[in-house]
Amino acid sequence: MKNQLKELSNPEKFQSPIDISDVNVDVLMLMLESMTTIRKTEQQLALGRKSGLIGGPVHLGAGQEAIAVGISQYLQCTDRVFGAHRSHSHLLALNPDFYRLFAEVLGKETGFSKGMGGSMHLFDQLSGFYGSVPIVAGTVSLAVGAAMAAKLQKTSDIGVVYIGDGAVEEGIVHESFNLAKIQNAPMLFVIENNLFASHMHISLRQPSDMISRFAEANDIPYELVDGNDVVAVSQAAKRLVDDIRSGKGPRLLELVTYRFYGHVDWRDDVDVGVKRSLDDIENWKARDPIVRLSKSMTESGYLSKHQESALNQRLDKEIDKAWNRAMSDPYPSADATLKYVYSEEK
Amino acid sequence: MAIDKHNYGTAILSAFEYLLENYPEVFVIGQGLWSPWYVGNTMTDLEKKFGVDRVIDTPVSESACTGAAVGASLAGMRPIVVHPRMDFMLYAMDAIVNQAAKWSHMLGGQAHPGVTIRSIINRGGEQGAQHSQALHAWFAHVPGLRVVMPSTVADARDLLIASVLCKDPVIYIDDRWLYDQEDELPPIVELDLTIQRPVISLMGSDITIVASGHASLLAREAADKLENEDISVEVVDVRVLNPFYAEKIVESVKKTKNLLVVDSGWTSGGFSAEIIAKVVEQLPVDCLNNPPIRIALPDAPAPTSRVLEKSYYTSTSDIVLAVKKMLKLKL
Repeated sequence: MKNQLKELSNPEKFQSPIDISDVNVDVLMLMLESMTTIRKTEQQLALGRKSGLIGGPVHLGAGQEAIAVGISQYLQCTDRVFGAHRSHSHLLALNPDFYRLFAEVLGKETGFSKGMGGSMHLFDQLSGFYGSVPIVAGTVSLAVGAAMAAKLQKTSDIGVVYIGDGAVEEGIVHESFNLAKIQNAPMLFVIENNLFASHMHISLRQPSDMISRFAEANDIPYELVDGNDVVAVSQAAKRLVDDIRSGKGPRLLELVTYRFYGHVDWRDDVDVGVKRSLDDIENWKARDPIVRLSKSMTESGYLSKHQESALNQRLDKEIDKAWNRAMSDPYPSADATLKYVYSEEK
Repeated sequence: MAIDKHNYGTAILSAFEYLLENYPEVFVIGQGLWSPWYVGNTMTDLEKKFGVDRVIDTPVSESACTGAAVGASLAGMRPIVVHPRMDFMLYAMDAIVNQAAKWSHMLGGQAHPGVTIRSIINRGGEQGAQHSQALHAWFAHVPGLRVVMPSTVADARDLLIASVLCKDPVIYIDDRWLYDQEDELPPIVELDLTIQRPVISLMGSDITIVASGHASLLAREAADKLENEDISVEVVDVRVLNPFYAEKIVESVKKTKNLLVVDSGWTSGGFSAEIIAKVVEQLPVDCLNNPPIRIALPDAPAPTSRVLEKSYYTSTSDIVLAVKKMLKLKL
C-alpha cells in the first residue's frame, strides 16, 4: 500500500496540544463541551450495551468527536446532513439532546426516531440531521440529491454526508462524486478515515491510504487534515463550506482519525481486528482530540482544573439523569409496526 | 368540456407537462430524457419547455440518480426518476428497497421519500434477456413501496400525476407495448393514489380475468373475441399492485365462479400467485367451479430468436384458448 497519508496515519505523531491561537475562548469552550458530551454519551451507551440493557448493536465513535464538532460549527439547521452506521457524534454535534438518543437506542417512543430506528437509524430534521442508515455508503447519493434540491430551491443550504474509508470501496460513492461535480451540487463529502472497515485495515483493502485521491479524480477540491485536531478540522470546514455556499460546487474533506472501541459495541476488538493492536489503540489514545484541546486550553490559561472538573461533573449528572429518564419511558405502541409503512393509508 | 385526443405515450407526456407546469417542486431525472430513442414520445421537448435544470439527462448512473431523487424528495422536492428500461434499474435497488421503502418506517413516520420512479418495460424485437424484464412482482413484495401499472390511456396520465403527488415512494411501470392505444381524455382531475383500487374494465358473467399493465390489454382483447362466441368475460384491471386490495376481485369471482389471471412477469413466485392467493383466501369454500389458472411467462429469461420469442410472450389467442379450456368449451 502507498502511504500517502504519511505521518497523519502514524499514531505516535500528532500527540501534542493543538494550535488554538486563532480561536475565541468561548468557541473553544463550546467545542470542548460538545466533544465531551458526545464522549460521555457514548461511554454510557457502551455500559448499557455491555450490561444488556441495550438490545441492539451500537457503533461507537469515541476518539472521532473532533470531526463532527469541528464541521457542525459552520452548518445551519436548514442544511441537509446525512450519516451512516457510526453517527451518534454527527447528530449530537448538531443537537446535543442525549436524552432522546438514549431513548432511541433503548427503543422508546420518545427517541429521535420514535423508537423505530435504534442506534443505526437516527433522524432529527429540525437540526438539519436528515437521517443515518447502516447500509455502507447508502446515504451518499441521497445527500447529493438533497444538495441538488437546495440548488433548485435557490437557497444557500448545503448537503453533507459523513462516510468512512470503507464506504469509498462501494461503487455508488464514485457515481455520487461524478454526479455532484457535473451538477455543481452544493455538497460537502466528509471522509472519516479511521483506517479500518469493520475488522480490516485499509492496507488490506486499498492500494493507497489516502481517500482524497478520488476527489482529485473527479476534479473536486479537497483538504486533508488531522481529524483529531478540532481547530484544524473546523478551519478547513469553514473554508470548504464557504466555497460551497458561494456556488463553487462540491468539496471533500478527509480527516484522519481512529476509533477507540472496536467496530461494534464496547470491546476493543483486537482479537478479531486484522492489524488492530492494543499498542496502536494506546498510542491513538494519546492523540485523543479532547485531551489535546483541553491541554492547549489549560496551557493558555483558558481552562482551570476547577472548570474542567465542574464541566465533567455537570455532564455526568445530566447524562445519568437522562439515561434513567429514558429507561423509564414507554415503548412504541403495538400498532406502530404497521402504522409507519406508508405516510397515510385511507 | 374539452376533450383531448391522446395515445398512451402522449398521455404520459401531458402528465409531465401538467406536473412541471403546476408544481415547482417537481423535477425529472434519468438517462436519455432528451432523446426519443430512450423514452419514445412520452417526454418530447420537456427540457426545452421547462429547462435542463428541471429535466435532467444524467451520467450513466442509475444508482446515484435514483438515490439523488430519494434525497431530494426528503428535502421537499417531488422528483420523478425515469428508467427507460427496467433491467438497468436493478443498479438502483439499494436506493429503492433499502432507502426509499424504509425511511418512513424506520424513522418513525417522520421522513417522507415522496419520489416517483418511472420504469419502462421495453421488450420484444429480439432484444433478449437483459432488455425485456417485467419485475413488478419484486417491488410489490416490498412494504413501503407503492406499485402502479396503468393499462389504459387515462390511467397512464392520471396515475402518473397521482403517483407524483403522493407522499410515499411509487414505482410507476409503463410498457412500450401499450403506447399505441388511443383514447379521448377529459380535463385532468387530480386523484388521490391512496384510494385507487382495482377496477372492472369490462363487465361479464362467465369468468373473471385479472391482469395489470400490458396483460390487461391482452385480457380486454381476448374478452372482445370471446364475446363474439357468446362467452361473457369480466376483466379486472389491478392498476395498483402494492398495497394490493383484492376486494373487487373477490366480488367478481363470487359472481362468475371462475378465475383466470394473466401476468406479464414470470410464472413462479410472480404476482399472479399473489392474486390467486388473496382471492382464494377470501372466497367461500366450493365457490369456484374450476381450479384457478394463471397465464404468465415461462420460467426462463427472454430468448432473442424471433421463433422462440413468439412463443415466449403471451398472446390474445393464448388467453382465448385457456378460457375455453377452463369452461370446457369446444376449442
